[in-house]
Amino acid sequence: MLDFIVIVLLSAGILFFFGTINGLLRFPDFYTRMHAAGKGDTLSTVLILLGLALYSFHHPSVQDLLTGYKIIFIAVLIAIASPTATHALMDAGYESGIKPWGGETDSEEEVDK
Amino acid sequence: MEKYIICIGVALLILMLVTLVRVIRGPSTIDRLVGVNVIGTKSTILIIIMGTLLGRVEMYVDIALAYALLNFIASLAAARFFQRHREESVVDAPQRQEGPSC
Amino acid sequence: MYHLLMFILMMLFWILMSGKFDTFHLVLGAISSLIVAWSSTDLLFQDRGKSPAARASEAGRFVLYACWLFWQIVLANFHVIYLSLTPKPIKETLSPHIFNFKTTLKTDFARFVLANSITLTPGTVTIRVSEDIFVVHAITVKAAGDLEGGSISEMERRVAWVFEKREIGGA
Repeated sequence: MLDFIVIVLLSAGILFFFGTINGLLRFPDFYTRMHAAGKGDTLSTVLILLGLALYSFHHPSVQDLLTGYKIIFIAVLIAIASPTATHALMDAGYESGIKPWGGETDSEEEVDK
Repeated sequence: MEKYIICIGVALLILMLVTLVRVIRGPSTIDRLVGVNVIGTKSTILIIIMGTLLGRVEMYVDIALAYALLNFIASLAAARFFQRHREESVVDAPQRQEGPSC
Repeated sequence: MYHLLMFILMMLFWILMSGKFDTFHLVLGAISSLIVAWSSTDLLFQDRGKSPAARASEAGRFVLYACWLFWQIVLANFHVIYLSLTPKPIKETLSPHIFNFKTTLKTDFARFVLANSITLTPGTVTIRVSEDIFVVHAITVKAAGDLEGGSISEMERRVAWVFEKREIGGA
């Protein structure tokens, strides 16, 4: 049962990470790429770390319990830090005057693939 | 179960290599920073997966914690540095923006 | 009072992180916690007006809010996957634009939580927070329409419920 939950969590994390990468490569400008990076990165990391924490609860001893709590602490830390880092990068890009991609007007620059 | 975790680690590694494409051909510096930030976050997971496979999670989890903190601070510092850097040379920012689009 | 609370929190954190219970490590942890509690209590407890009971209920409400936020993050990820995997040319599905948004939240921490929540919910990312103006980037017209209509004010109402225990009527 525990193994099943761990497998589901890890697979969901990989799936969301795949979506993130796809968005990161396909989206046309910096701001939309940050959408993919900020959301998908946070969720996939948290899911995979939760799965690994559950996996380390397999043999219930004090040491393993502490390890699991530490992994959950890393997950919470990343869940707070990753949107903040996204926000800082976004602010730097906005400050340095990157034009947002406007749809139909300037379609010849930054053609992907 | 061990084999499944190995598969997850390999999949993660391949996807991280794909992210490297964005780092290499990103039009501006900030695009590259985004890619580096994503790769750094995933390296934290990779460290813990390695610890799980080697049977020494209690040691690797501390390294992963330090790596997560370091990645966050490095990304903040890079963003801040880039902001300062571009503020000084804000005159030539539009020209440089149009140039290196690939 | 607050120094004692900070010391207890730091000591618990030390025990969780070290995992050793012999005298040497506990004394070392007590010394470090004492130094941290003496030097930087102000970082964690900014306004001294609130009672500890109010803080505890605030933390409880924050956990409830985090559960709701987690569900929103999952929805946001399905949104990103849907946008990035559509077989149509990507330029037809996206229609990004930037708009401003004025908040009524008072404290810095509540604004920080609201900015991170906007980043993590479907279709929007916060670009900049200056005083009470949020600069928000929306990825599609539909997401922006949701925001103008209800989604952000809904989220702002929830954050205000967590931190200021009041209801915001309308926008």
